[in-house]
Amino acid sequence: MTITKRFWISLIFSLPMLANMILMPFGWMLPGGDWTQLALTTVIMLVATGPFVQSAWSSFKKHHSNMDTLVAIGTATAYLYSIYAMATQQPVFFESAAFVTTFVLLGQVFEERMRNNASNAVEKLVNLQAKDAEVLRGNEFVKVPLAEVELNDVIRVKPGQKVPVDGVIVKGSSTLDESMVTGESMPVEKSVDDAVIGSTMNSTGTFLFKANKIGDQTMLSQIVDLVKKAQNSHAPIQKLTDKVSDIFVPVVLILAILTFLTWYVFLDASIARALIFAVSVVVIACPCALGLATPTALMVGTGRGAKMGILIKNGEVLEAVNDVKTVVFDKTGTITVGKPQVTDIVGDQQQVLQVAASLEESSEHPLAAAILARAKTATIAALPVDDFKAIEGKGVSATIDGQTGFVGNTKLLTTAKLSDELEQQAVKLQNEAKTVVVVGVADEIIGLIAIQDMPKPTSKAAIAALKSRGLKTVMLTGDNQRVAQAVADQVGIDDVIADVLPGDKAEQVQALQATGKVAFVGDGINDAPALTTADVGIAMGSGTDIAIDAGGIVLVKNDLRDVDRALALSKKTFNRIKLNLFWAFIYNVLGIPVAAGIFFAIGLTLSPELAGLAMAFSSLSVVTSSVLLNKAKITSKVQPA
Amino acid sequence: MTKILVLIGGLAIIGFILWWFFGKHAVASVDATVTDHQQSVDIEVSGGYSPENVVLKQGVPAVLNFTRKDASSCLDHVVFSDFGINRALPQNQAETVQIDTSKPGEYEWACGMDMFHGKLIIK
Repeated sequence: MTITKRFWISLIFSLPMLANMILMPFGWMLPGGDWTQLALTTVIMLVATGPFVQSAWSSFKKHHSNMDTLVAIGTATAYLYSIYAMATQQPVFFESAAFVTTFVLLGQVFEERMRNNASNAVEKLVNLQAKDAEVLRGNEFVKVPLAEVELNDVIRVKPGQKVPVDGVIVKGSSTLDESMVTGESMPVEKSVDDAVIGSTMNSTGTFLFKANKIGDQTMLSQIVDLVKKAQNSHAPIQKLTDKVSDIFVPVVLILAILTFLTWYVFLDASIARALIFAVSVVVIACPCALGLATPTALMVGTGRGAKMGILIKNGEVLEAVNDVKTVVFDKTGTITVGKPQVTDIVGDQQQVLQVAASLEESSEHPLAAAILARAKTATIAALPVDDFKAIEGKGVSATIDGQTGFVGNTKLLTTAKLSDELEQQAVKLQNEAKTVVVVGVADEIIGLIAIQDMPKPTSKAAIAALKSRGLKTVMLTGDNQRVAQAVADQVGIDDVIADVLPGDKAEQVQALQATGKVAFVGDGINDAPALTTADVGIAMGSGTDIAIDAGGIVLVKNDLRDVDRALALSKKTFNRIKLNLFWAFIYNVLGIPVAAGIFFAIGLTLSPELAGLAMAFSSLSVVTSSVLLNKAKITSKVQPA
Repeated sequence: MTKILVLIGGLAIIGFILWWFFGKHAVASVDATVTDHQQSVDIEVSGGYSPENVVLKQGVPAVLNFTRKDASSCLDHVVFSDFGINRALPQNQAETVQIDTSKPGEYEWACGMDMFHGKLIIK
């Protein structure tokens, strides 16, 4: 029989006794008196309380005890004593057994609902998946179930359809809504060679893409897996409750016996009165709230994070975030875009860019990519060149339009000289930590191009938010001091540690740990050692390439502002755990003495019924407080960009 | 006189509780039965888990069959926090949990409220 059914039966059979209790002062009595009460309570004991007794007995045989032990002993004591009292013509309290059962079941009914509520984040994620896909088989597209999609299949996605698996667009373009996976609320434009994520929604165009991740390899599957693990992980703070719950029930039983003995033997109370106090102690002390405090909050907190594109790996990380004093950032790809871009062109824009692009077309230098990208956006076509020569450490030269053109640093200059004006410009750009290349044709310098790895547009706001939280921000980079400092100044970072070899990043993190806990933010691919060394490793992802294993927190979006949001969410969740534990403990710490009748002298007592209600309310309030975490405001200090 | 008897009786029960719950008692432990490339253990869930300790062989795919006989909502989920498994156990119905035995070690499982525990040893 389900808990809900047991509750309803218990409630219906309790109601006449409730009426009896309320109307007694007005002269109304339940017809049949004690016999009716006995009959009603017996039904409740058999149907609704029976399973508690069963469970209590089977765990007793294994030298275990649980909340059912307390409910069973409490109600059975009240019931059996009342039968004895009836036989010996004394006042009975059948209603205590009946009401306690009803209230405990009421608590469990609600609790079950809330628990389902708390854990459905994962289900929602799984349900995001498309059910089928239009796959190219032979010469036509056929609809196949998701499970039959194979690696390297070409799949067509029409407007309004979901992308079935992860892949790369091979034809067409569209705007996609990726909010369900990355938390990014703005639609994203995608065209050929861009990666698409399974389960995201295609809005405007039709495109074809090649599947490169299927089944449990897709980003969504990995996120689901990670969230599941996080939701069921343990937070270190739980160790306390683990220990308490092991000894809790036997200790409560001993307290109840002591309560009875004290009242009956030493304070000369009647057996009935002493028993009521003992039963109240047993009933109020259910450790459920204690056990539910941490897991339910973890479940809701990590589930909510997943919706925002913030994956928190486990309870341990959540707890560590609270003590973080310093946030260390990797520069390239984390604070900056990670790709050098042309920032300034000195001279005739059109001509300088065309010459540079033509010459650099055959070059493999990273700076060449920046120049070509700029030429492409400015729709400047490269001219054909002959005699291409790459001059190691200096630049390139080639024949263009019958003249010798060159692009490179100042070391390339032999006969041509920079004019004073250009010289000044170059120094100014270099002071802004930009790399300057000189462009010339036929021994004459026609202009300069400045290139820099720019900070992401969101970096400044992100750093400001962390600083307003009172955190120290540090940038760690392999670049030279001048470049690093310039970027740091642009985004407002406190400290710069430059010229760090990739292998030494972990050591630098360790050194910073001397002054408090450190969070390290990196891209998760090159920074794995530093991410693991730090107390909290925050791995930033971009697109489908998130390195899920690397960090304690994984940010699906490549947006630095999520660092602040992740910290805010972790803190909120952890505080909620602490609040829950506080309430759960308080219930018992205050409830047990009151139930034991310690405050009897001042007229403060707790009947078993009220104890049952308080107990039901305690588990309920803890689970509710966890579920409310879904609605709680995550106060991030990030200004909208 | 009655009161002294009640007092002695009460103290005796306290003594019994202490011995029964906190004394050392043997815990049922079971090795998995291995049949060609598959090992399985049936676990009855009733006021706890029997057996409470399960020993699995490393590298052989394993399943644990949980059958909940107990109506208690305390035991209605089984959680393996190391494996990210949180499974509802319908009453009187065998629920199969697959265990990844690739890494040896000791793993704990618990009920949804972390009140009852069991131990998994992979070696």
